[in-house]
Amino acid sequence: MRIGVVTFPGSLDDSSALRAIRVAGGTPVPLFHASDDLKEVEAVVLPGGFSYGDYLRCGAISRFAPIMSSIIIAAEHGFPVLGICNGFQILCESHLLPGALTRNQGLHFVCTDQPLTVENNRTPWTSGYEVGSRLVIPIKNGEGSFQASAETLNELESEGRIVLRYADRNPNGSQHDIAGITNARGNVVGVMPHPEQAIETLTGPSTDGLGFFTSVLQSLVGR
Amino acid sequence: MSLDTVDQAKSHPDTEQPWRELGLKADEYARIKEILGRRPTSSELAMYSVMWSEHCSYKSSKVHLKQFGEKAPKSDALLVGIGENAGVVDIGQGYAVTFKIESHNHPSFVEPYQGAATGVGGIVRDILTMGARPIAVMDSLRFGLADAPDTRRVLPGVVAGVGGYGNCLGLPNVGGEIVFDETYAGNPLVNALCVGVMRHEDIKLATAHGTGNLVVLFGAKTGGDGIGGVSVLASETFATGKAAKRPSVQVGDPFAEKVLIECSLEIFAADLVVGIQDLGGAGLSCATSELASAGSGGMAIQLDKVPLRDQSLSPEEILMSESQERMCAIVEPSKLQAFMKICRKWDVTATVIGEVTDGDRLHITFNNELIVDVPPRTVAHDGPVYNRPLAKPAYLADLKPTNIPKVDSAADITRELLAVISSPNIADKSWVTDQYDRYVQGNSVLAQPEDSGMIRIDEESHLGVAISTDANARWSYLDPYNGAKLALLESCRNIATSGAKPLAVTNCLNFGSPEDPGVMWQFAETVRGLADICLEMGLPVTGGNVSFYNQTGAVAILPTPVIGVLGVIEDVRSRTPMGIPAPNLRIVQIGNTVDNLSGSQWAYLHGQLGNTVPTPDIAAETKLINFLLQAQPLLESAHDISDGGLASALTESTLRHNVGARIDLPGQYIPGGVAAALFSETPGRVMATVHPDNYEALEKLAKAMEVPMHIIGESGGDSLIINDASIALNDLRQAFTQTLPKLFG
Repeated sequence: MRIGVVTFPGSLDDSSALRAIRVAGGTPVPLFHASDDLKEVEAVVLPGGFSYGDYLRCGAISRFAPIMSSIIIAAEHGFPVLGICNGFQILCESHLLPGALTRNQGLHFVCTDQPLTVENNRTPWTSGYEVGSRLVIPIKNGEGSFQASAETLNELESEGRIVLRYADRNPNGSQHDIAGITNARGNVVGVMPHPEQAIETLTGPSTDGLGFFTSVLQSLVGR
Repeated sequence: MSLDTVDQAKSHPDTEQPWRELGLKADEYARIKEILGRRPTSSELAMYSVMWSEHCSYKSSKVHLKQFGEKAPKSDALLVGIGENAGVVDIGQGYAVTFKIESHNHPSFVEPYQGAATGVGGIVRDILTMGARPIAVMDSLRFGLADAPDTRRVLPGVVAGVGGYGNCLGLPNVGGEIVFDETYAGNPLVNALCVGVMRHEDIKLATAHGTGNLVVLFGAKTGGDGIGGVSVLASETFATGKAAKRPSVQVGDPFAEKVLIECSLEIFAADLVVGIQDLGGAGLSCATSELASAGSGGMAIQLDKVPLRDQSLSPEEILMSESQERMCAIVEPSKLQAFMKICRKWDVTATVIGEVTDGDRLHITFNNELIVDVPPRTVAHDGPVYNRPLAKPAYLADLKPTNIPKVDSAADITRELLAVISSPNIADKSWVTDQYDRYVQGNSVLAQPEDSGMIRIDEESHLGVAISTDANARWSYLDPYNGAKLALLESCRNIATSGAKPLAVTNCLNFGSPEDPGVMWQFAETVRGLADICLEMGLPVTGGNVSFYNQTGAVAILPTPVIGVLGVIEDVRSRTPMGIPAPNLRIVQIGNTVDNLSGSQWAYLHGQLGNTVPTPDIAAETKLINFLLQAQPLLESAHDISDGGLASALTESTLRHNVGARIDLPGQYIPGGVAAALFSETPGRVMATVHPDNYEALEKLAKAMEVPMHIIGESGGDSLIINDASIALNDLRQAFTQTLPKLFG
């Protein structure tokens, strides 16, 4: 099962995302921002990092990369897309997901092992989790505070589109403790925590993040 | 201003030149004229002044640093030694690791964010230049008192700068130090370390040979930032009040550097360069003269080809600019097209600015006019050498032993322990380290607050490296010779405590003014101690950095030799973490405590310094290191006992996984009672936990390896209990973690 990971100029967690796909049992495929060729992958990950140095706004320049035009079209047809951290920011800038990620409350970059609650397991990226289960996955960002209009928040809540919520403590001032959301169709997911950095206890706080990658492989098989 | 050409210099020999303003001494200026057989052009003067500055030429330290060569132990591990951008060591399986630590002290005082950020950027380029992929950074930071107003300006900016740059490069920050002392007010220390890895065959050197090969400048465009930063900013004390001599600090663009890293690694992988040099201190002056003098000597540069951000820059300024994120490569003409293609892929500007020539002169032209005609070696390597006067400082005669009230009752223990662990030097540093990404790249096995940072190198074989930086400046102040030795031993111990074998050493020597004989004596003693201990421990020094003039008026900083040790671990899965993982484990202290509180954090809190440092016991430390490595399978956790003594080690190890401990002190073996047992910083000690089933085997091994070991308690519960004193872990955590957020929130 071929899963792509896009490298933008300034992507940082691309190698870790490729590793996570491999560890989950998939075939990782590196994709480059400057080409619109999705290389026959069946799902795609937009990794963390500081694409284009976060200049202008996080994700604002990457959104115009040639690869994104292919991804946007594919996503509208149900293709599974996961945006992690900077990838989440790019998805919001691309209007594949609503809302925006703004400077953390406290204005510091925050790197910590974050407790989370799974709220939605109907997406291809979270189908392997139980709703209500607790995960510990690293967050590491300076602009992770999720903000949206009351109307959007209402929509996200009522349609069950909040995928992950911060548990115990809200690290950045995100509205409704939101750590991850999905689109109306449920195929596009954006999360601020880094599941690719929680796939082995040797290098991460847990293996809780591996489920994102095994879930998508499982749901592609079942399709 | 008209162009000062070589012809001009010949025809107008008596033109007044600002050599003094550029930091040169009269005899140095005379020496330049002697080398050239005429007065230098203004561009040549700029090059010599910047390359002969203390920062670039090591003119005050050279006579001492040569001991690292003279006393070098025989080592098969050393692949590239001192003199290149960074030393390279063999870690086995065909991998080579390069690491180096460098200061960016003065710029970080002037402009904390950019000073610290470009400090990280500079050291990362040094590592990249060796052909290595940078894999981790660390930073060793020192500030004035934590509650001093200027510290509140400097510290948050420095931390944000280290994080802002390193995070954006995707380099995990896996450790370091933060120390507060009044002498660093006005002279903060920002020492940044970077580690990189490559295959043996990929090592690159800074050399320009092969007549007709092209000199290619790639990366950011050249601007007016940091002009003269090296010669003026880094070499003069601020107290002289020469405001005009404070040019702007360089401005960093980590995104440009990240792209430059990926671009350079792709160029290296395709084998497209003959030699490579990064542009750091002294910019193009340094890169061209060093590349040429390391090659056959001849090079011709057309300075007007250099892409500029600011078209108004004069040739002198272009030569001196320290604009960041630039590299200089020597490329065979047949490979230029492939080189340029990779640069275009990464949107990196690349320009041919010259070529390697026959002969042994560096020629630089500007719009076809010859403005520099020098033997490059005289610029890069034949700078002045000073044997500055040394004198043992007078303060050493007035030292008094510590005299602190005894600690006996439960109330004494609780009060003093909480005071130590909540003091800024010992308190939890998460407020700082949580601003650094320690996870990126997915290979961080250990990171702050562990004893060392540990990075996995190979996912299949599980090979890894460990890095630690250490300094105890108060010990160095009391006895610089032994202080340096103790810093190195502590760093080695940190490596071994984590389960890795010490392999090589780097250093960053931070001192006051070399023109002060007392400071120079501290420096000389430090280098002598460091060279001796490296020989005694059989560890090669791979490189280092000297930072002088960390001084305000007559007050110099504490002598601060920051020692970095690199270790290797065959299988990172067998590392030893520092946190107590479970209840019902036996807690042991390995090594004996000596009743000496001089230089300790506890004595400092009581306003005392003391008079003598512990004697470095190399035989005992070596035994301890070997024991830690052999005992590794028997240990559940291990933590070095150093700053803040056993009190601090117990606090950190219990809070890590929230597992309490019951400790009985002093036991029959500790002289000096509970105070020494808890707060002495005697080297050569480690606190460890062992499963009761493994205790006998551990004890047997300790006896066989002649390492003293004592049971001091047992893990479990939700309190830290020491004799009759019981502190709930929640209270302990509160005291330990609230200090920095309260100060810097």
